[in-house]
Amino acid sequence: MLSVTKPGFFSTIQDLGRFNLRHKGVPISGAMDTYSASIANSLLENEESDAVMEITMTGPTLEFHEPAFIVITGAEMSAKLNENPITGYQVHGVNKGDVLSFGKLINGFRCYLAIKNGFLTEEVLGSRSFYKPITKLNRLKEYMEISYDPVADYKPKITYVKPAQFHREQNLKVQHGPEFDLLNDRQLEAIFSGEFTVAKENNRMAYQLEEGIPGHNTTLLTSATLPGTVQLTPSGKLIILMQDGQTTGGYPRILQLTARAISILSQKKFGDKIAFQLR
Amino acid sequence: MKQHPITIKPFGSQAILVEWPNKVEEAILEDILQFNTHLKKNYLDGKEWEFVPAYNSLTLIHREGKINFKKLRRDLMEWYTTRKEVESIDHYLWKLPVSYDKEFAIDLEEIAVILNRTEEEIITAHTGHIYTVYGIGFLPGFMYLGGLPEALETPRKSSPRLKVVKGSVGLAGKQTGIYPQESPGGWNIIGNCPIPIFNVKNEDPCFVSVGDKIQFYEISKKRYDLHKIEGEVGIFKMEKIKLNA
Repeated sequence: MLSVTKPGFFSTIQDLGRFNLRHKGVPISGAMDTYSASIANSLLENEESDAVMEITMTGPTLEFHEPAFIVITGAEMSAKLNENPITGYQVHGVNKGDVLSFGKLINGFRCYLAIKNGFLTEEVLGSRSFYKPITKLNRLKEYMEISYDPVADYKPKITYVKPAQFHREQNLKVQHGPEFDLLNDRQLEAIFSGEFTVAKENNRMAYQLEEGIPGHNTTLLTSATLPGTVQLTPSGKLIILMQDGQTTGGYPRILQLTARAISILSQKKFGDKIAFQLR
Repeated sequence: MKQHPITIKPFGSQAILVEWPNKVEEAILEDILQFNTHLKKNYLDGKEWEFVPAYNSLTLIHREGKINFKKLRRDLMEWYTTRKEVESIDHYLWKLPVSYDKEFAIDLEEIAVILNRTEEEIITAHTGHIYTVYGIGFLPGFMYLGGLPEALETPRKSSPRLKVVKGSVGLAGKQTGIYPQESPGGWNIIGNCPIPIFNVKNEDPCFVSVGDKIQFYEISKKRYDLHKIEGEVGIFKMEKIKLNA
């Protein structure tokens, strides 16, 4: 078990998400940057479905009460184990009483803490991913305790991989969304010729962009949306739905991000630049 | 079996979208649900696929991603046109209690003025119709209900509220519905339903399915308080009527 001394800005437990309830309005949830989360799990030879901690912008302070093995991937957040800096993308052994803390955000926006055999928070409707009100919590709370299997003896096959660099990319590869054909030349030009800035309104549900494009007055019947769906509002605002995004919507779905582009965008914060590139 | 002209579009590399004519029509919804059941029963494994029906579309989402779009489109077209049997799908009419008490119905007075009707007339009209569930989405357990009488059509509030309480029953445009959880919202609130539509404690967390029907009935504030407790502990006896498919 570990205890949360400080929860950080927005830290959650995530796995591959809640499958098979979208027809009842339940978003899939799961790690935002699935690439980083899966590297962390695979370094520990975990199951792909083992739960990791997703840490956003500023990290928590965690005290381990049992031995464990951990890996940190994704954003670089100046992690320290008992005040000693530790490197990401590397397996670290942790002893009883050790304290993991985080400092300055150096790059990216979300980092992933994986633990040997996964975090064992409550599984609700087939997943441990936090999503209120399906789970009681929407993020880690101060003083809460999180269970895991104590592991004192483990010899990892690989102890280190080269840190992924894809967060630094600005281009998001996209495919046509179902309503791509509604776009006129001016809108196409605006989407594919310029850069966009991530707006303050960005979270696990959706990323909004500061710059708009020419609007429209098309009304659609509500239909399914997916993580990575780019919606165009009548006023010309672009909204990119993410892992906790609504399962249906009525705005034209003009573009669809690839899985890799969703991971890249998940590492962007307010003010960062992105561009769309048709695949 | 009546066929509709359907179109099939890719939706990213993980999903495919089947669309029916752009109309709100029970016959179209029923055809979508028929095809949905046909696919689940004969061709697409529910462990690998998610099926999201709504109004005039059916979205099929593969769990692992990566689908062969060309092949799947060909197959879907063939499976759609070669259907022979009518699938038996159980639809239910759910009767949901609503308190239109002043405590909950924060916009009822204003709506009565806008629609030039008494509050009683609005309640009578709202409870006197049977609504069809055309979709479930937006939030867990949020039902898109069709069939609102024209006399109850109202504009959305000009500025949305930051907080609408769970269970709120609202009107907006051609729609009526229940907020399944506390959230921001721009609908006109005319009452509150004490029974949670989505409850993680239940084996089937959401008793309503797309294609079901909903009718509201008026209860007093006192009965509301009782049903609220019954709903929370899971002993509320819901009135449901099986409809012929």
